[in-house]
Amino acid sequence: MNSPQVNKYTTPNEQGYYGKFGGAYIPEMLVRNVEELLSQYLSIIEEASFQKEYQQLLQDYVGRPTPLFFAERLSKQYRTQVYLKREDLCHTGAHKVNNTVGQILLAQRLGKKRIIAETGAGQHGVATATVCALKGIECIVYMGSKDIERQAPNVARMKMLGAKVIPATSGSKTLKDATNEAIRDWINNPNDTHYIIGSVVGPHPYPDMVARFQSVISKEIRQQLMLKTGSELPSHVIACVGGGSNAAGAFYHFLEEESVQLVAVEAAGHGVDSGMSAATTQLGRDGILHGSRSLLMQTEDGQVIEPHSISAGLDYPGIGPLHAHLYDSGRGTFLYATDAEALEASFEVAKLEGIIPALETGHAFAALKKLSLTEKDIVVICLSGRGDKDLATYMKVMEHAD
Amino acid sequence: MSRITDLFERKELRVLNVYCTAGYPQLESTLPVMSALQTAGADLIELGMPYSDPLADGPVIQASGLTALKNGMTISILFEQLKDFRKDVSVPVVLMGYLNPLLQYGFEKFCAQAAQLGIDGLIIPDIPMFEFESEYRSVLDKHGLDFIFLVTPETSEERILKLDSLSSGFLYAVSSSSLTGSDKDFTPVESYLQRLASMRLKNPVLVGFGVKDKATFDMACEHANGAIIGSAYIKALDGAASIEKTTEDFVNTILK
Repeated sequence: MNSPQVNKYTTPNEQGYYGKFGGAYIPEMLVRNVEELLSQYLSIIEEASFQKEYQQLLQDYVGRPTPLFFAERLSKQYRTQVYLKREDLCHTGAHKVNNTVGQILLAQRLGKKRIIAETGAGQHGVATATVCALKGIECIVYMGSKDIERQAPNVARMKMLGAKVIPATSGSKTLKDATNEAIRDWINNPNDTHYIIGSVVGPHPYPDMVARFQSVISKEIRQQLMLKTGSELPSHVIACVGGGSNAAGAFYHFLEEESVQLVAVEAAGHGVDSGMSAATTQLGRDGILHGSRSLLMQTEDGQVIEPHSISAGLDYPGIGPLHAHLYDSGRGTFLYATDAEALEASFEVAKLEGIIPALETGHAFAALKKLSLTEKDIVVICLSGRGDKDLATYMKVMEHAD
Repeated sequence: MSRITDLFERKELRVLNVYCTAGYPQLESTLPVMSALQTAGADLIELGMPYSDPLADGPVIQASGLTALKNGMTISILFEQLKDFRKDVSVPVVLMGYLNPLLQYGFEKFCAQAAQLGIDGLIIPDIPMFEFESEYRSVLDKHGLDFIFLVTPETSEERILKLDSLSSGFLYAVSSSSLTGSDKDFTPVESYLQRLASMRLKNPVLVGFGVKDKATFDMACEHANGAIIGSAYIKALDGAASIEKTTEDFVNTILK
């Protein structure tokens, strides 16, 4: 834990720690898999041939760069300048594919023949199934049996893309259990399988690797903002956080720019103190989940608590170690939005900008009401995903309103 | 000399370690199960402390842990149950669990109390080796607890030697790179166990994962000092009318 860090926030130390969070708390059965990845991920990612193929796919397949859109009516509403980073326009409808494209190319170079993934809402599962179809590699997605019921369209998408969806029936039958099952699969298949984790969680080097693949978001924001405003730096970057992959990507190239306020919005569910929440920094303590030390929602006895959020993508009892460090160090501003606030924000964005955001992203928009913004502020919101997958939930809200 | 070391001095071969989950099948089953295991002929007991997210366990043991948690099992309750267990149980007992609940309880406090109750060692599969050396080893030494690392067929020879040097009591040889209770063929395990046997390790070796009956126990014992049975016993306890009878029958089928 003693190696010097070039960057205070961006890069973990050699053991994978951001401050006191991170590391690799894994049973011996996983050590070889993780060490194989650890010893090769940086050199593979830095290869010219990898970068060439990755950039080409981001451009021609994912549809990057995604636009940075000045949201005029939203800006007027909040008397500030709001820019939307349109990750919802990525192929498959969310930022998740930035990571899966990178990891599938990595898996190929590691000689892996089989891909496993976990998914909550199904967005990461779809993004993984997509790149596996693209590369003709076998794909198995673990998904909590409860989530399979509530996210039927994404289950159908994964199947149509040729993936096998295996229900996780252990524990609480949601994302954390799907992750447990995927890790078990990896233990049972140590040689031919690569595990594509969908967020900046898991044992080192996953949080760093996924953050690097998502960092294209903030790289583009800087370039686009320069063209639009004459400065690369906004005053605020806002993103929702479950595990925290879109936030990690949107924050990445601003982490060392301390003038930029990084705003992470967690899901408070029915309310932070309702017992039905997923606001990890509010409710969590230092703990270990899925191989890394971070903030964790847990009982007094250290058993993991099942979170709640209306958005399956934020329904996670932990948070990536990078974000735990941003919270702990004060570098990040952590807010939370309830189910109701996120819904309200989603409907507002739909009406004011003609964009239906994912419920996850609705949480990020809800921060506009909570921050004291001025007309001089330049606020970038990471519009992490589109709302098609959430139509059933939105329809219920409209039925109630009628 | 630790109770575990003493056991291996007396008995070098065919050591039977049986895993049970604290608070399973009933909250109050912990002691009856341990007593029954000793009476039936188990040489060593691995007592699992239930955890909500046990990455290194298979579905059977995970399910038993969830039952135990539903029964209300916690570390505090377990330590209360174990208050006088050394009056009835003389075989070595190691506690198996995951790091997070121990950290929340307080690692030092946990070790001090466990040692005082008469626990002999710990198996915590998710402690990283370097952190064990920098943070935990001294605490275990202070309280005289053995610590058992796992090795697998995928573990390099260099790392096996290192893990053996850090372990005391015994070394836990995972039979294959698969999880507890798996039904995979046991045959390829032989060459791995022969390799371990040829390495002249400091610790006795017990084989776990996939050992479920007499045939697999016998095979494990050909190349190691004994074996650990977990899932098969947990399955046997599920719905058992009598813990004593079920345990006796189960152990008999293994040892006969």
